Amino acid sequence: MTVATSESVSVRVRDVHLSFGSNRVLRGVDLDVPRGATACVIGPSGSGKSTLLRTVNRLIEPDRGDVLLDGRSVRGDDPDALRQRVGMVFQQFNLFPHLSVLRNVTLALRRVRRLGEDEAVAVARAQLELVGLAAKADARPAQLSGGQQQRVAIARALALQPQVMLFDEATSALDPELVKGVLALMADLSAQGMTMIVVTHEMGFAREVADTVAFMDRGVVLEAGEPARIFESAEHPRLRRFLSQVL
Amino acid sequence: MDPLRTLWETFFDVDSMREALPEMLTVGLPNTLILAVSAALLGSVLGMALAVAGISRTRWLRWPARVYTDIFRGLPAAATILLIGVGLAPLGMRVWGPNPYPLGILALSLIAAAYIGEIFRSGIQSVEAAQLEGARALGLSWGTAMRVVIIPQGVRRVLPAWVNQLIALIKDSSLVYFLGLLASQRELFRIGQDYAANTGNQSALLLAGLFYLALTVPLTHAVNAIDRRLRQGRPAGAPDGDDDDLALAGAVEGSPR
Ligand SMILES: Nc1ncnc2c1ncn2[C@@H]1O[C@H](COP(=O)(O)OP(=O)(O)OP(=O)(O)O)[C@@H](O)[C@H]1O
Ligand SMILES: [Mg+2]
Repeated sequence: MTVATSESVSVRVRDVHLSFGSNRVLRGVDLDVPRGATACVIGPSGSGKSTLLRTVNRLIEPDRGDVLLDGRSVRGDDPDALRQRVGMVFQQFNLFPHLSVLRNVTLALRRVRRLGEDEAVAVARAQLELVGLAAKADARPAQLSGGQQQRVAIARALALQPQVMLFDEATSALDPELVKGVLALMADLSAQGMTMIVVTHEMGFAREVADTVAFMDRGVVLEAGEPARIFESAEHPRLRRFLSQVL
Repeated sequence: MDPLRTLWETFFDVDSMREALPEMLTVGLPNTLILAVSAALLGSVLGMALAVAGISRTRWLRWPARVYTDIFRGLPAAATILLIGVGLAPLGMRVWGPNPYPLGILALSLIAAAYIGEIFRSGIQSVEAAQLEGARALGLSWGTAMRVVIIPQGVRRVLPAWVNQLIALIKDSSLVYFLGLLASQRELFRIGQDYAANTGNQSALLLAGLFYLALTVPLTHAVNAIDRRLRQGRPAGAPDGDDDDLALAGAVEGSPR
């Protein structure tokens, strides 16, 4: 697979804080993802992984701290413009069930990118081709398997030529036999130099694909480093306990 | 005379019906349709505006929508039609002359909008918050996301209730007779009633009733058909059941800006 990615950018998360009411979900998160690198975020349920991803594309506005793309703060940017640069893939796919697969992909191309109908369809078809689903262009999402739906969701995000991709447990809702195809697609994307932040419970994927693994616990990145170091010689007891439970 | 026979003739006198039929067809039916269809269109547009205002983050939109809905759902339709039709008549007179239709349609629309607004609002709120998040993550503005992703799904889910409201509207259109109609402005009910009053025989009114049934019964069946199709064609990928009642409030209040 080859993906027509535009230049990817580095991502820096700097001391991000966020509370939902009295629930302090993020308590000063730092994360560095160099250009073209893949960071996997692991950690127990409720530690703030999803929330962190959402502060990167500002689906949630952090209370404090900053996110920098290629060294430049995005706090002053228009969130809608920012989200064209930062693609996101969700656990439940979030495809639009009332639109065909093709229309799911063309929607933002038409409405956000303002491409003409023919051009949008051409881009969308090419992108669906890349994820192996060109034949399903006219199907409704509900007629596809979970794995196919997730690949459509990835195609939909990639069609906008993002500079960063966020994955929030992209394979957690899939039947075991469908997980591999989606992970392979993500690994391809990583190999092609897309900057990615991947929240995952797939430790095999983290070990093989990630450049950095970050362990989140109670709203902070407790420990981060190369996969080999994190998985073989974790320093923090909480990380060691977490790994002993999931490996 | 045989009381049963009297009863029969009071309601099923074919000659009376035949006499009223041409006017029912050429005057009554078109007028009823004009009233009902115009009010359905205007009421649906206003209803959509109320629905969107009702889920707005801005209190100054939510509040008026709430108050409006309470008032127009709470008043008897006849009272609203009289209040608006008579109350605004001097104003209407200046704008479009002595025609009670515009104000009648306005009143019917305002009433329908209150109900349709609630129907649309519940449909829109039944769409999972994840749909809005998915749309916003693609860079769609809140307004565009609502227009092309959320509202189409929400409205689809409440089409049966919406059609029910159209049925109510067809029936309520008879109430404009309160406003005083010229001969050519009379709708089905008024024509039936006039014939009944002139002849002392209720058959023409019954004929009017048959006309209403001819309009409403197919719609009732359309509702059932739509309902069945929505149930069967329910996309399996979209969570059904549990998540449906998830208020969009979380998404609208709290999240994507
Ligand atoms: N929209 C919200 N409103 C209020 N609280 C929220 C919201 N979203 C998340 N939270 C809370 O924030 C905390 C962190 O949630 P988050 O979803 O980021 O965790 P997570 O690490 O992704 O967990 P999981 O592995 O279960 O997905 C939880 O306590 C959750 O209840
Ligand atoms: Mg999560």
